[in-house]
Amino acid sequence: MAIDNEMVKQVAFLARLKVEDDKIEETKDEFNKILNWIEQLKEVDTSDIMPLVSVNDSSIPMREDTITDGNVKEAVLKNAPMQEFGYFAVPKVVE
Amino acid sequence: MTYTIKTEKNEWEIVCGLEIHCQIISKSKIFSGASTEFGDDANVNVSFIDAGMPGMLPVLNKECVKQAVKTGLGLNAQINKHSVFSRKNYFYPDQPNGYQITQYEYPIVGKGAVKIDLSDGTSKEIGITRIHIEQDAAKSIHDLNPKKSYIDFNRAGVGLMEIVTEPDFRSPEEAGAFLRKLRSIVRYLGTCDGNMDEGSMRCDASISVRLKGEQKMRERAEVKNVNSVKFAMQAIENEAKRQVEIYEQGGTIEQQTRQFDQTTGQTKFLRLKEYADDYRYFPEPDLPPLYLTDEYIENIKKEMVELPDAKKDRFIKDYALTAYDADILTESRQTADFFEQAAKGHDGKKVANWILGDLFANLNANKLTLEQSPITPEMIGELVDLIAKNVISGKIAKDVFVYMWENPKMPSQIVEEKGLKQVTDTGAIEAVIDSVLAQNPDNVAAYKAGKVNLFGFFVGQVMKASKGAANPQMVNEILKKKLG
Repeated sequence: MAIDNEMVKQVAFLARLKVEDDKIEETKDEFNKILNWIEQLKEVDTSDIMPLVSVNDSSIPMREDTITDGNVKEAVLKNAPMQEFGYFAVPKVVE
Repeated sequence: MTYTIKTEKNEWEIVCGLEIHCQIISKSKIFSGASTEFGDDANVNVSFIDAGMPGMLPVLNKECVKQAVKTGLGLNAQINKHSVFSRKNYFYPDQPNGYQITQYEYPIVGKGAVKIDLSDGTSKEIGITRIHIEQDAAKSIHDLNPKKSYIDFNRAGVGLMEIVTEPDFRSPEEAGAFLRKLRSIVRYLGTCDGNMDEGSMRCDASISVRLKGEQKMRERAEVKNVNSVKFAMQAIENEAKRQVEIYEQGGTIEQQTRQFDQTTGQTKFLRLKEYADDYRYFPEPDLPPLYLTDEYIENIKKEMVELPDAKKDRFIKDYALTAYDADILTESRQTADFFEQAAKGHDGKKVANWILGDLFANLNANKLTLEQSPITPEMIGELVDLIAKNVISGKIAKDVFVYMWENPKMPSQIVEEKGLKQVTDTGAIEAVIDSVLAQNPDNVAAYKAGKVNLFGFFVGQVMKASKGAANPQMVNEILKKKLG
C-alpha cells in the first residue's frame, strides 16, 4: 500500500499533529519507506499462527472489586486548563 | 408474525440489528479502584487512571470479567478462553486518554442466542454476535454555559458490556421483546440493573429496509442512544418508514448515523458514515491478553441462577399456569420469588390468579412496587387455602383481601376477628332458609306456581341474612329441596 499526500493529511488530522504543507511530501516518503520495510515481513508464512498481541503472554493480573481510589477531586482538577463548578470546562462540543 | 410496510406499489421488510451497552454492576471501575456510585458530586469518584493522567496503568477488575462471563452464559453464548483488549483511538473531551480501552477482534464472549416470545404466541431466536467489555466515557453537560461544555468523569471507566446482535429483527415488536428479555436476563443475573431511563442500559439500532423476498441487505442507518424500549420500537418503525419513502421516490440511502428525537419520535441526521472516525484499533499495550480456564467457566456455571425461560417452563409444568401468566410472573426475579413463596404448598394456579389480579391491581392503583406490598406471599397462600377448605367463599375472600391490604394480618386471623367464617352447618343454613321462606310467602307461592327464576331471589336473601357467610353451594342444594 502506497501512501499519498491526502493520506498524510488524514493521518495527521487523526493524530492531531500539525504537518506544515512543505513537509507533506517529505513525510509521505518517510511513511512509504517504513511501509516498504514492513512489507518484508509478509514474506514469512503466518497462516497457522495466532497473532501475538503482547510479548508478555502471561495472563492479565486482576484486582479484587474493592474501592481503593478516588475522592481526590482537587488533585484531579488541579492541572485542568479550565475548571468551573467542580467540572472540567472545555470549549463547547455538541455532536 | 410477518411485519411489512405496505405501500401502493410494494411490500417492504425491515432488517434491524441492535447494539446494547450495559453498565456492569461492580463496586469499583473496570480498570481503577474508584467507586462506580451514580449521583455523587462531579469528579469525586475519579482516580488518576480515570482522568487519564500520564504514567497511570490500568488494572483489570476481576468482578467485571465474571459479570461478562455470567451474562454470556445467560445468553447461551460461547465464552472465549482467550480475549484481548484493544485501543479505540478518538479525540473527544469525554475520553481523556484519547482512546477507549475496549475489545475488538477477540471479545470475551462470542456467538449466542436468545429466544423471544411474540404476541401471536410464536417464538423466535435472535442471534448474539458477541459481547465485549470496555470502559464507559465521562458525562458531558452542554446546557450550563453557551460557550463551554462541562465534563464529569465519575462515569469514566465504569465497566460496560457491549452486546451486539445479528440483524435478525424484522419488526419493532421483535426488537422490543428482545430488549425486555435481555433486561430481564441481566437483572436476574445481577450483572446490570437494566435501567434504560438512567442510562445504565443504552441501545443503538442499525436499520435498513428491503423489498419482501429480496436477499441482499441495503445500506443502513444507525440510530444512536435510544433510551427506552418504547423509543427503540418507535425509532425502528419511523426510520424504516422514512427509508421506504425515500426509495419509493427514487432516492437512495447512504450509510449514516442518526439521532432519535424523543419529542417527535422521528430520527434526525447526525453524520455520514464515510466521514466516520477511523479508530485505528490496536492491541492495548498496557494489558496482556485475558485467559480464562475451563474450571473458571465451570465454577461460574455452577453459580448461575435459574433464568426466566427455564423458570417459565417450570412454572407451566409444576403449577399448571398458562404461558401468559408464567410469562408475567417470571419477568422479574422478585415477582417469581414472591409467587413461589406464596404457591408453596398451595394451589399455584389460584395463587397466580390472586397475584396477577387483586394484588397487582392494588399495587398499580397505589403506585407501589411488589417489595412495598403490605400483603405477604404467606397471606396469599393462606387465603387460597381458606377458600379451598370451604372456610370462606370466594366472594368473602375478596373482602378479606381488602381488609388485608388496609391492615396487614394473616387472613385466618381476619376471618376469625370479623366472624367471616363460612357456615357449613346444615342445620344453621336450614334455619336461615326457613326464616327467609317464612318471610316471603307470596314469592314462595309464585315460585311454586312456575315462576322459577325467583330462585335467585331466595339465594340472595339467604346470603344476605347470613351476611354472606353461608356456603353458597349448600344454600343452593337445601333451597332446591325445600322449594320442592
